[in-house]
Amino acid sequence: MSVSGTSMPKSWNLKTKPHKFCPGCGHGLVLKVLGQAIDELEIQEKTVFGCDIGCSLLAWDFFNVDSVQTHHGRTTPVITGIVRANPSLIGIAYMGDGGGYAIGSQHLVNAANRNDKIFVLLVNNTNYGMTGGQMAPTTLPGQVTETSPYGRDIEETGAPTLGPEMVAAITSETAYVARGTVSNMRQMKSFIKKALKNVVNGSGFSFVEVLATCPTNWRTNARDTWKFLEKDMAKYFKVGELKTLPTKRED
Amino acid sequence: MERAIKEEKRVFMTGNEVVAWGALAAEADIMYGYPITPQNEIMHYWTRLAPKHGKKFLQTEDELSAGFTTIGGVLAGRRAFTATAGPGNVLLQEPVTMAEMMRLPMVVCIQQRGGPSTATVIYSQQEVNLTTYGGNGESLRIVYSTANHQELYDYTIKSFNVAWRYRFPTFILGDGYQAKMREPLVMYNPREKGVEMVPPESFVGNKGSFGIDREPVHLRNAFSMEEELYEVVMEHIDDYNRITPQIVEYVSLGCEDADLVIVSHGIVSRAAVAAQEMLRREGYRIGYFRPITLRPFPVKALRKVCKSTPRFLVVESAYGQLARLVKDALFGLEAKMDEIFMPGLGITSEKIVGHVKKKSELKV
Repeated sequence: MSVSGTSMPKSWNLKTKPHKFCPGCGHGLVLKVLGQAIDELEIQEKTVFGCDIGCSLLAWDFFNVDSVQTHHGRTTPVITGIVRANPSLIGIAYMGDGGGYAIGSQHLVNAANRNDKIFVLLVNNTNYGMTGGQMAPTTLPGQVTETSPYGRDIEETGAPTLGPEMVAAITSETAYVARGTVSNMRQMKSFIKKALKNVVNGSGFSFVEVLATCPTNWRTNARDTWKFLEKDMAKYFKVGELKTLPTKRED
Repeated sequence: MERAIKEEKRVFMTGNEVVAWGALAAEADIMYGYPITPQNEIMHYWTRLAPKHGKKFLQTEDELSAGFTTIGGVLAGRRAFTATAGPGNVLLQEPVTMAEMMRLPMVVCIQQRGGPSTATVIYSQQEVNLTTYGGNGESLRIVYSTANHQELYDYTIKSFNVAWRYRFPTFILGDGYQAKMREPLVMYNPREKGVEMVPPESFVGNKGSFGIDREPVHLRNAFSMEEELYEVVMEHIDDYNRITPQIVEYVSLGCEDADLVIVSHGIVSRAAVAAQEMLRREGYRIGYFRPITLRPFPVKALRKVCKSTPRFLVVESAYGQLARLVKDALFGLEAKMDEIFMPGLGITSEKIVGHVKKKSELKV
């Protein structure tokens, strides 16, 4: 085995490692935490992992869990359909900011509002990575992308989407909503585990956005990548829990 | 749980109600749907019937979602279906292509309405192009065009079995007249009639432990290499071509000695058959051909008809959507084509009879 003796999650599919994300990409970190959470909750065999189009597509064979790669924006309804038909399954819809907040926003809003018992995990790296770095709903004001070459003008294109805030506003009390970041893995893990538990318990819709890096399309070196994530993004997108479950004794 | 249909019974109901009962008789487990006229009552009846029989329903945010949640239901191993029309059918084409690529047996009922755009809400045959060839890719799907309520019932049941047997997306193509009018039919329990009910299977979430009695599945519709895609698509095309002879259905009446063959599909066939009978009674040698499967199209059968009668009158409530399928089927043969194209309008037998009688070369 080419990869052994590391701390890779048991639920990872080792045959597809090393993974295909760019160097410095945040997806690998998010998927590592998701893998650990799946392991710790012991739900590998009843999980269905759905991934979107865009960079999230590269996760289609990432885990040793039943996985289905869908269309751009359509992972939420596919996973909704699966769990509605078989509520004993744990459905995870994995997507980027374009898939969740642009082309698939109607699905996100309505699944959240219906309190579908699924976990939507959305990676926010402020651009469309797979298609070459276009402006996304989450692109920061003034940020240069391929379709905002002079910097995002929020007068013309609107302000960056605040996804968790929107989802928190429309979900019921049994939902779980948080925003994490790849710069704080321990915190991200606690968010993802709580989100999954909420789905495992069958209590409600769970949504976690994770702030993540995209040095390839940001055209940043390591130092600037981290600065953009921790300073620029975190300034606009507040990290933390927006909707938590009623505290139980075991928590 | 109440058994859906115990014994054969004669009923008088609307087409949409028939589709809901047909889905129940077909042992459908779950419907996902979004309101659009003229298919709404399929949902109305299904939501009334479903809880009594342990079935489910989800009202989605649009037809994209209705299609993709239906795919989710199929992935979970359930007999899942949706129904739509017009602009909803346009949105539905995206999920249908995913079902085609991944060989997911989704079942869809289309009750055609007028087009393009919002147009009219009751009747048309203008969704033939869309339903037969509306996807990106090769549009490998099965499309049954029904002409009466008995067929709506029979082909709803058949669609689930054919979809799960061959794993291609399958359509019941009706229209607003069929959807809204009442008509007698006989409902029955397909199992008691000896119909083989093809059992659904789960694509994901099967029981068992990894490495012991099962492995995780990884399903995808995206490919990195052109050659990889080519191989997959050609395998699907080969499958489709191989099963085509078992799937194609058509009706052919009096074509052997005919001077002219009227071709129509769906509800227009009723006017066409009546016209053929009237004309025959008056001594005209008129034949009649109706494809029941618009996709795959009964090419062989129509070409055989053309060898004895190379003269056709295509009648449809659209501007040549059926005629295009007919011409494609007859390519390379000598044939004369005449037409009655009335997009979005109903067509009477008198209209067809009058049209035929004006042709002086068709002597009695």
